[in-house]
Amino acid sequence: MSPHFPSPAVLNATFISDSIPKVGQMLTALAVFFAVFLLVFLLAARAKGKAQSPIAIAVFLGPAVLLLLIGLVMPALRTITLSFFNSDSSKFVGGLNFGWAFTDPDMRTVLINTVLWILIAPVVSTSLGLLLALLIDRMKHESVPKSLMFMPMAISFVGASIIWKFVYDYRDPAEKQIGLLNQVALWLGWKHPPNWLLTIPLNTFLLMVIMIWVQVGFAMVVLSAAIKAIPSDIIEAASLDGATGTKLFRTVTVPLIRNTLIVVFTTILIAVLKIFDIVRTTTGGNFSTEVLANEMYTQTFTQFDNGRGSALAVILFVGVTPVLVYNVLQLRKERATR
Amino acid sequence: MTVDSATTSVTAPPPSKPPEHREGSSAAMRSSFSSPLASIIVVIITVLWTIPTVGLLITSIRPQSDVANSGWWTFFTHPSFTLANYSNVFSGNNSGGGGLAPFFVNSFIITIPGALFPLALASMAAYALAWVPFRGNTFVFFAIFALQVVPLQMSLLPLLQIFTGNFSVFGFHIPTPHLAGISWMPYLPVWIAHTMFALPLAVFLLHNFIAQLPRDLFEAARVDGASHFLIFRKIVLPLSTPAIASFAIFQFLWVWNDLLVSLTFAGGGTSVEPLTARLSQLTGAFGSKWELLTAGAFIAIIVPLIVFFSLQRFFVRGLLAGSVKG
Repeated sequence: MSPHFPSPAVLNATFISDSIPKVGQMLTALAVFFAVFLLVFLLAARAKGKAQSPIAIAVFLGPAVLLLLIGLVMPALRTITLSFFNSDSSKFVGGLNFGWAFTDPDMRTVLINTVLWILIAPVVSTSLGLLLALLIDRMKHESVPKSLMFMPMAISFVGASIIWKFVYDYRDPAEKQIGLLNQVALWLGWKHPPNWLLTIPLNTFLLMVIMIWVQVGFAMVVLSAAIKAIPSDIIEAASLDGATGTKLFRTVTVPLIRNTLIVVFTTILIAVLKIFDIVRTTTGGNFSTEVLANEMYTQTFTQFDNGRGSALAVILFVGVTPVLVYNVLQLRKERATR
Repeated sequence: MTVDSATTSVTAPPPSKPPEHREGSSAAMRSSFSSPLASIIVVIITVLWTIPTVGLLITSIRPQSDVANSGWWTFFTHPSFTLANYSNVFSGNNSGGGGLAPFFVNSFIITIPGALFPLALASMAAYALAWVPFRGNTFVFFAIFALQVVPLQMSLLPLLQIFTGNFSVFGFHIPTPHLAGISWMPYLPVWIAHTMFALPLAVFLLHNFIAQLPRDLFEAARVDGASHFLIFRKIVLPLSTPAIASFAIFQFLWVWNDLLVSLTFAGGGTSVEPLTARLSQLTGAFGSKWELLTAGAFIAIIVPLIVFFSLQRFFVRGLLAGSVKG
């Protein structure tokens, strides 16, 4: 799609004339949506006696359940089916797509990268977040650093990627530098720094830095809340028993926030497994930086290979299944004790 | 503490305790670690964390020639200022511009219904699951909860086939409404997709809150003969405002920042695509035109930043509860 660039006067006129129908559409959609609900409410509220509860369930729960069935449950089952078919879904091919996913040389890079992401990014984000949470607990004015470090979480991965792509911008050492990283490397006396985003495997780690930059604030805020929730008498008792510094941290603080640590870690793990926007915006998956979620999109919507794309989606799904099971078990436990 | 219950779940941390606990614990722990050193480390890391964003902002307000020929850090010794990058990237009035204005509008058009639709549907479903007893209630709740973690990638292709009327199972074509082909409603597929994908989290979050409302209220209302619909409007909605606000803000930012769903369901160029999709393309197309790219990126992140800094309390709560989404 090639963008065209109209002159300013034309643009202003077309911009306004383009925008009004868009806003109109949105308002119409919202009005219709809420009018329908009001109508259904008025009609359903007239029900009397025994029919009351079934009608209420149908009206309240029906739309959400229907949308979930059409939008998530049915497509997920369909994707599993498609993963056993060929590229245009016309022929059953058994496990061929999965065989391709685990043996193809290009796919091997994708899988290795994804495993590296999973092994490194969540651990680094969580431990750095924990360290900051502990340090920040000892500060007087904690709200400003907390806000600033949490801020990347509000920015889109696309925005974060552009911010960091600029940091990683490479120019020949003889030229004036505009990328911060290269300039710092030169200042530190590194005569010939590498072309950051083109250097394999360094580039994959540089992309992880973007993810860590986003997630550390999240980990820090959550863990900080958990640390503050530890009752003060426990800490006091431990201190009276002579626990200080790292011992206090290891034997008292960490066990008490264990559940929160697991939640933070698995949350970041899932986000990392599905990382898509960062790779797509910074390198487009080139220079051996491809990961599973982006390759899934490319196979499905660029290569139009429904079979391979679906197989990669299924691999992603299998990857999150342990977390899904763990979460459900935790929720059951929580509800049982309530 | 009902407000915090919205986040108390396996997907969220325990709520922070009232201040009096805090003082005690940090006072005791302070003795174990020297406070000035901690402060210095935190300040250093905070500065490191902020520098990349500052670099982006400064670059976006420097003239093109300065951006191309010197680092943004020289701004402090040789300040120069212009808004030309913004007008160029926003309106695209020269050949290098990005024409982001229509995409900016698209982002709002996608995001507002993308947040309000699931909010309405989910608050109703949450009420039914919490206060209308029926068989299978627990199963439905757990199923919806489990769906939170399922990757969106599992849905993309089949859902797109449904929207485009190309859905077939084992060679049999199954007719579906061709929602992606309604020319006067081009946003419909992306609105519906965002609504569907938001529901598991929204129902779970709002259920946790609504289920904690006092039982007496509902019993008294039922005794007085109030219908479920009346109870929902007069009791549930007004009392759930904090949870509704948390989710609304979370979902607004999620949709605004999303790339995957919009690439799949809103691929209609200037007429439908949001800012994220456009910026992701420009990163390749603009190559080294950093003055435009940084201005464009700043336009895209300023909205979430305003929401973040003005509604931080609600935002953090919603975000913490919803961080495993999609």
